[in-house]
Amino acid sequence: MSIATTVQASLGLEAFVARSAGHGTALSAMGIPTRRVEEWRYTPLRAFADTVWAESPALSDAHAQTLLAGLPLPEAGSHVVFANGRKVEALSSLSDSISQSAVETAEPFEDRFSAVLNAALMQDGLSVRVPAGTDAGLLTLVSLTAGENISTHLRHQIVLEEGASLTLFDVNAGEGRYVTNPRFDIVVGKSARLTHVKLQQESLTAGHLAIVAASVDANGNYDSFTLNNGSELARHEVVATLTAAHAQVHVNGIQIVDGSRLNDLTSMIHHAAPDCGSRQTVKTVLSENGQGVFQGKILVDRIAQKTDGYQMNQALLLSEKAQINSKPELEIYADDVKCSHGATVGALDDEQLFYLRSRGIPEAEARDILVRAFLLDALDLVTDETLRALLQGSIRA
Amino acid sequence: MSDFLKIQGLEARIDADGTPKEILKGIDLEIPKGEIHAIMGPNGSGKSTLSYVLSGREDYEVTGGSATFKGEDLLALEPEERAALGMFLAFQSPVELPGVNNANFLRTAVNAVRRARGEDELDAVAFLKAVRAETKRLSMSDEMLKRAVNVGFSGGEKKRNEVLQMRLLQPSFAILDETDSGLDIDALRIVADGVNSLRGPDFSALVITHHQRLLDYIVPDRVHVMAKGKIIYSGGPEVAKTLEKQGYTQFLEAAA
Repeated sequence: MSIATTVQASLGLEAFVARSAGHGTALSAMGIPTRRVEEWRYTPLRAFADTVWAESPALSDAHAQTLLAGLPLPEAGSHVVFANGRKVEALSSLSDSISQSAVETAEPFEDRFSAVLNAALMQDGLSVRVPAGTDAGLLTLVSLTAGENISTHLRHQIVLEEGASLTLFDVNAGEGRYVTNPRFDIVVGKSARLTHVKLQQESLTAGHLAIVAASVDANGNYDSFTLNNGSELARHEVVATLTAAHAQVHVNGIQIVDGSRLNDLTSMIHHAAPDCGSRQTVKTVLSENGQGVFQGKILVDRIAQKTDGYQMNQALLLSEKAQINSKPELEIYADDVKCSHGATVGALDDEQLFYLRSRGIPEAEARDILVRAFLLDALDLVTDETLRALLQGSIRA
Repeated sequence: MSDFLKIQGLEARIDADGTPKEILKGIDLEIPKGEIHAIMGPNGSGKSTLSYVLSGREDYEVTGGSATFKGEDLLALEPEERAALGMFLAFQSPVELPGVNNANFLRTAVNAVRRARGEDELDAVAFLKAVRAETKRLSMSDEMLKRAVNVGFSGGEKKRNEVLQMRLLQPSFAILDETDSGLDIDALRIVADGVNSLRGPDFSALVITHHQRLLDYIVPDRVHVMAKGKIIYSGGPEVAKTLEKQGYTQFLEAAA
């Protein structure tokens, strides 16, 4: 590394630390990971290191409204809108069945950059609690960002008490070159169910480093689906712990990368109790110089007998220059478990393409049909029909 | 002669593991408007290759000769342009498209072709009406429209689905590549009826088959015998019967 690069590399970090009001010690110690750090080998953060990221200025309600107008949003349910890291009260309304609660102490994740960065610069966020036995319906959380060389670091907390349920539609969008770094702390109580459907549709020059920390109690279910469909560089990271018997975690998703963009889905699922299940189906479509990353780790404790873990990662390469890096990891200490993982990489089938074209369907449309067919079984994992249709409509194939 | 479909000295090869393999070695064939021709020939004679080259599959390299369709240089057109111009290939092995709904596929194809031909697209209701009429004629269940294209279809269902596509796309020239293979006698009758009902001054077809049986139902105007990449004999419908009784030997010997 040249001296010039070393000096530049510290710029971004110094700016972050300077903004952290004394909370940046861990960030300072960690630094911005280079590709030599295993977890970031396939997802280079060079752009973060080279830029001085400033605190985001407030966004006018009118500007926020303009950005909202272009988004695929459901009409029903509660809405909470954040713009440049601040809650927009005028555009937010919460159902009476959801109560606001203070942020509880969360796992520091000192080895996870997205968490450390968020801890240093933590802003406002959504803090909600769904009382026991309550179905709180649909909550749409929109995080908007607009500006140049700014960053936001929202911290959300969602607690579902025993038997509660909530569907969270987590929409991320904006314009300009910025970094968003949201963190979710999620607690799914006994027999509770959180459906977390995320649409990451940030500006195509933005960076997005999201981290979700979820813990799931007995018979609870954290059912998540992420459509990674924007940003120049985006990582959606899930760290989930199954803490008691028969808990379930689903980390499913679709990533669509074109241009020279990179989308990354990284997960760590910790089976800390017996009889739990985890499911991951991630499909990535890559064109031009697009890069996709899937890192999925399943950790099974000695106590976690009868664990049922499944992981499938499939990539469709539409160009010779596109690249997928897939890294499944199983770390198993129990002796009676069922864990499987699979990864496939392929191109569009020439025979299928010819069949469609021979029926008069132009090549571009035929390709689009086959790409959508490839994504279909992953998209079908979104159980909420309204949200599934909204995601389907926002796929740029 | 008509200039409807005219093939002259057509030569084509395929890349077989790095070595080019000549398959078509100078095909001359003319099919006038309104006529149905049959091509018969032993395995490996190049029948299916001819159908793929005419419909625009990219795996084959045309190394000589020409093919014109309605006065246009067929070989310069993309597969979808050939379809828009009125060409249709009923595949010997129809391709499965997991995740692609059959009804959506049919409607997309019909409207793509209508668009290219300068006709109005069919809306969902008009399309459903058109497709229902055809599935009834072909004794197909509506359930086949709801499934993914050809996925889990029996051999007979796949062939009926091909004929359904042909009827909906209304081609002026259809190539039927061993559409009879894998069909029982009832299905054969239904498929043949699907073809015969299109018969008229504006419909031509090239029927590729191993067996004379199909030609009992779709009676051709001309029969061509193909062997080793060439057409070695052409005659009337009686040629099919001679072949059925005596095999290819006498034609091969006469051509040698």
